[in-house]
Amino acid sequence: MQPIKLLKQSPLSARVGLAIILLNLIVLVLAPMIAPYRETEVVGDVWLPSSSENLLGTDQLGRDLFTRIVFGARNTISIALLITLISFSVGAVGGFLAATLRGWVDQLLGRLVDIIMAFPTLIFALMVLSVLGTSIPVLVVVIALLDSTRVFRLARAVAMDIEVMDFVEVARLRGERLWWIMRHEILPNALPPLIAEFGLRFCFVFLFISALSFLGLGIQPPTADWGGMVRENAGAITFGILTPLWPAGAIAILTIGVNLVVDWFLHRSSELRH
Amino acid sequence: MFGIKLNNVAAMVLKRIWLGLGTLLVISLLIFVGVEALPGDLAEAVLGQSATPETVEAFRKELKLDLAPHVRYFAWLGSFVKGDFGNSLANGRPIADLIGWRFANSLFLAGITALVAIPLAVSLGMLAALYRNTWFDRLISISTLSTISFPEFFVAYILIALLSVQLVAFPSISNINDQMTFLQKLHAVALPCLTMAMVVIAHMMRMTRAAIINVLTSPFIEMAQLKGVSQRRIIIHHAFPNALSPIINVVVLNLAYLVVGVVVVEVVFVYPGLGQLLVDSVSKRDIPVVQASGLIFAATYVFLNLTADVLAMLSNPRLRRPR
Repeated sequence: MQPIKLLKQSPLSARVGLAIILLNLIVLVLAPMIAPYRETEVVGDVWLPSSSENLLGTDQLGRDLFTRIVFGARNTISIALLITLISFSVGAVGGFLAATLRGWVDQLLGRLVDIIMAFPTLIFALMVLSVLGTSIPVLVVVIALLDSTRVFRLARAVAMDIEVMDFVEVARLRGERLWWIMRHEILPNALPPLIAEFGLRFCFVFLFISALSFLGLGIQPPTADWGGMVRENAGAITFGILTPLWPAGAIAILTIGVNLVVDWFLHRSSELRH
Repeated sequence: MFGIKLNNVAAMVLKRIWLGLGTLLVISLLIFVGVEALPGDLAEAVLGQSATPETVEAFRKELKLDLAPHVRYFAWLGSFVKGDFGNSLANGRPIADLIGWRFANSLFLAGITALVAIPLAVSLGMLAALYRNTWFDRLISISTLSTISFPEFFVAYILIALLSVQLVAFPSISNINDQMTFLQKLHAVALPCLTMAMVVIAHMMRMTRAAIINVLTSPFIEMAQLKGVSQRRIIIHHAFPNALSPIINVVVLNLAYLVVGVVVVEVVFVYPGLGQLLVDSVSKRDIPVVQASGLIFAATYVFLNLTADVLAMLSNPRLRRPR
């Protein structure tokens, strides 16, 4: 379906969601051009209210909050996106493999995933971080690995549905190799639920990274990061200064936006099936 | 007849418990191996500047690091089961003392939240199913979607800003101790409970509504409608009992979430619970405390998931017989 027609038929909630996502993407890409100051530049006194010089006021060190939020968008969102892409690739390939090969591959991967999923995610992440430290590569690998288990489950279920169909058997009889089958027969048919899952996984990873940074164990200062900014400015609340609500609100708004679009997508794909 | 049925159910429950214990064993192994995989030497990493050969040796003896790994694992597991968790690296006190009181506090917080949240969520879910597709239902749907999307600290700080700073009704720092009366404790934990309750209610309410609406398409509901039974009675007496399985599943799953979600909330409100201890110990790299509290959290989580499984099976009579 053409994009314009798709857009015209979408409900208000989906359009709001798309607008939010678009806005965040623009800020992400154009960050250095939009931000009035530099990421770690101290420009004024601590916790100033919003003014013509500082759109959202200053943070706990006197840095411009608007600049920090713009760069925070870039840092937080790009890391969350990277993690989601990795977890998705690993989980989807694993799931497809398990569904196509069956046998001991399926059993082994299934048990592995069961064990990892039995562990509460936050606790697991905290424990690994305590041992290996909180550098960005460690964060990315740990969260991607933990999250890939959920993608695995979905990918496996979807792939199993597709794998039993006739056209896959025809491809096999033709002599196509495993990788070809996965890429040209299973993947195109598995896309709709996988895309929705991608959105949901992104939300989860995004919230998770923010929570870790909020606990001081994620992205470290002075790098601007929304979760870390909430942590740094938390003290302001007791004085009635609402500074920490801005980065926290930014997190909430992006998550709502993605959820709205995913909801609309699921609604459409379930409609098409009826 | 009754005896045979009970045996089936008991057998399945036992099998689940057995699986749960097995999972816990593997988890404890993972926790233990995770520390073994430390790059570098634990003794030198922790002692840092004061790492002379003598201190490293003494440290190793203290933590029994001189034993072989598998011997050490079983020694650790053995003393853990007996209740001896070793000593904290940060202040040398026995970990069991630290953890005991804090675990009780975390359970208190989670318990009060569950007590408030579950009845509210189920009733709201039933109401939303009753008035589905009206403005009431839409409103609830939007607010629950928003609450699920919010990070917990966002909800927490909004509540603090509104109820603690503006209204000065509740404290923003929830400190409790044994001298307080029950009512005083309730007042202190009001805000953290409210924060967690909002998230948990959102999840449970959506599931309750979805489960009930799903049941409403069944033939026996249509029969009740043809008989002229009121919508309210249909939902409460006919639909709800048949929707129990997924509802109970989501309730216990959310209880499991509470056990973990309590970590962030405890940090925000500086509540003396196990979650805050875990986060502090991770920052200080106090490995024994991290291991012990991590294992306790994992055990509670596994246990609650197990209960969710078993209850979901029991509440759906068709699942009671293994196929």
